Amino acid sequence: MVPLPYYLVLSGILFACGVAGFLIKRNIITIFMSIELMLNGVNLSFVAFAAHWHVLAGQIFVFFVMVVAAAEAAVGLAIIIAVYRTRETLNVDQVNLLKL
Amino acid sequence: MTETLNLWLIPVLPLAGAAINGFLGKKSSRTAVSTIGLFFSGTAFVWALTVAWRLSSVTLPHQEFFLNNEHLSHWIRSGSFTVNFAFYLDQLSLVMLLVVTGVGFLIHIYSVGYMWDDPSYYRFFTYLNLFMFFMLTLVLANNYLLMFIGWEGVGLASYLLIGFWFTKDSAASAGKKAFIVNRIGDFGFLIGLFLIIQHFGSLNFAEVFTKVRPLASETAGAGLLTAIGILLMVGACGKSAQIPLYVWLPDAMEGPTPVSALIHAATMVTAGVYMVARSHVIFERAPIALTVVAVIGTLTAIFAATIGITQTDIKKVLAYSTVSQLGYMFMACGAGAFSAGIFHLMTHAFFKGLLFLAAGSVIHAVGGEQDMRKMGGLRTYIPWTFLTMGIATVAIAGIPPLAGFWSKDEILWKAYQASPVYWVIGVITAFITSFYMFRLLFMTFWGDYRGVQVDTHGHAHSAHGHDDHGHGDPHESPWVMLAPLVVLAILSVIGGFVGYGNHFEHFLAPVFGSTEAAAEGASHGTEYALMLVSVVVALLGAALAWTLYVSKPQLPEKIAASLGAFYDAVLNKYYVDEIYAKVFVKPLVDGSTSILWQGIDRKVIDDTVNNAADGAQHVSDEVRHMQSGNLRSYAGWIASGAALVIAYMIWRGVAR
Repeated sequence: MVPLPYYLVLSGILFACGVAGFLIKRNIITIFMSIELMLNGVNLSFVAFAAHWHVLAGQIFVFFVMVVAAAEAAVGLAIIIAVYRTRETLNVDQVNLLKL
Repeated sequence: MTETLNLWLIPVLPLAGAAINGFLGKKSSRTAVSTIGLFFSGTAFVWALTVAWRLSSVTLPHQEFFLNNEHLSHWIRSGSFTVNFAFYLDQLSLVMLLVVTGVGFLIHIYSVGYMWDDPSYYRFFTYLNLFMFFMLTLVLANNYLLMFIGWEGVGLASYLLIGFWFTKDSAASAGKKAFIVNRIGDFGFLIGLFLIIQHFGSLNFAEVFTKVRPLASETAGAGLLTAIGILLMVGACGKSAQIPLYVWLPDAMEGPTPVSALIHAATMVTAGVYMVARSHVIFERAPIALTVVAVIGTLTAIFAATIGITQTDIKKVLAYSTVSQLGYMFMACGAGAFSAGIFHLMTHAFFKGLLFLAAGSVIHAVGGEQDMRKMGGLRTYIPWTFLTMGIATVAIAGIPPLAGFWSKDEILWKAYQASPVYWVIGVITAFITSFYMFRLLFMTFWGDYRGVQVDTHGHAHSAHGHDDHGHGDPHESPWVMLAPLVVLAILSVIGGFVGYGNHFEHFLAPVFGSTEAAAEGASHGTEYALMLVSVVVALLGAALAWTLYVSKPQLPEKIAASLGAFYDAVLNKYYVDEIYAKVFVKPLVDGSTSILWQGIDRKVIDDTVNNAADGAQHVSDEVRHMQSGNLRSYAGWIASGAALVIAYMIWRGVAR
């Protein structure tokens, strides 16, 4: 059985990658993917703890996160499409005004 | 169950007239406006006469509700305290009712002629009818609060009518002055009412007086009733122009002359006397308050009379005369002779109303001029005005058998019984009254005409709004103005005879109680002696006026010069207006300007609000840079915020 710290380190690495991508990248889709990466990094630590302590709550929490992430993907991608249609760019530095 | 007199109709009729003229008058013809105005004030008079006629069919005091419906007339109901729109009829209110509607109706007729050429003709009649409504409410109210409504209402009507020619600066400020000075008096009146509510739990005349009657007279010292009495007197001082609040009445002469006659001579200014007489139950049990009333009345009588000697504006003389005569009425009330005060109120309404209307006719004749020095010799030009004004002058001077003699003599006799000091001052005042009234008559009607010829195209003093009809000499007024003069002259001649043999006092006895028991102590010899003195004094005053203003017209100036500073003081009305301006008005205006306006309003209120707004603007000016719209800077803020929170938590964990 893989010891708990391995999972946690991997989870931390995934989360840090997400944060770095979120801060550095300019493409909206990449930023979006970075957010997903952070969510899944956290999910990994949830299930790791759940398995380690034999508590089901962690696994249930993961389902909730996945539901929220799915909803976010649906709404977020729709917004991205709308942004691209109106501004013909996905660079967030050029999308700094709500009004057109 | 007694008969219903529909008392509510009397005040409501003029109100209807005011409403119709007020809403529709602007587009109606002058004839229509006068018809409405005269009809509604006339029907009120007729109804008052009907009430007088049917007086024996009810038991007095008689009370009626508005629309004769008790449920409709509830106004305030709070626990056991109730106030209704209800009316109270007894001998006292009947006298007032007849005086107000009768003289009021005559002055309405007169106004048709006097105001005919005024561009705001309909407005004048609206206000006049409105005044009648409030005055009748005041007179007929069955409780102090409804009386107060009328009291304030006549104040409003007075304000509107003094400032009738509001484009003239002096008229506008005279209106304000009247209103503000009256507020000071009303303050006292209101506190008095609060005291009554607190201690007697009612404002209804009948209920209050029932509760007051068993109380002992406050001879030992001032108590509740004294306080109420003096506060009510403060109110009366404001409305009836007594020292120290008389200053507004002379200025009120800025209004049209019929207004001066109706409001500022015959009716409204007597409301204070009526109120004191109505509250006689309270005053009779508060000797100190009565003394205050008498002293104020006596002082005002002589004080205003002396000012009247030096005035040259015909209406100002009459104004000071009114103040002085009101002083007589208060002197009577203060001496406990309420019926004598009301008697003088009635006769005064006749002859002073007549004097003002005649003065209006004179002013009309000479083309708007009010300065008596520019009149003179009008006897032959306007004989009817001269005749009626002469009658009124003889009446006010107290020469028998005209109305003024009876009432003034009654007052002096009652004052003598209270204290000879009042009598002495009263007689001196009678002398002065006779002097200045005959001075007015002689300056106006004797000698040669000193005025300019009235030219065909209006005249120099067109401020009074009535155009003249294009001939040079002073001319007699139209019949519509002369008829009320004649009627009032007849009343001034015969009006006093109701006092013959104490008939008037007997009539009012159910209200005031009889004072004859007290009178029996003094002999009739004394009464006749005093009567003789006052008549002689009146004739002396007339004779002096004849000497100074007809036979030796150069004398007054010499006398004035020899009196020097004293004459100047009297000529300038004892500088009372100036003193008030320095002592009360200027500190108030300065205090309001520097403390309330510049201090509190500008520095505290404005600055608080402005600084709050400025601060918010400054802060948001700084903060708005954070909201750049750049998504990645937001991301940075979120990340660094999260990092800070985590760092804090780790530090806490380490610290623990």
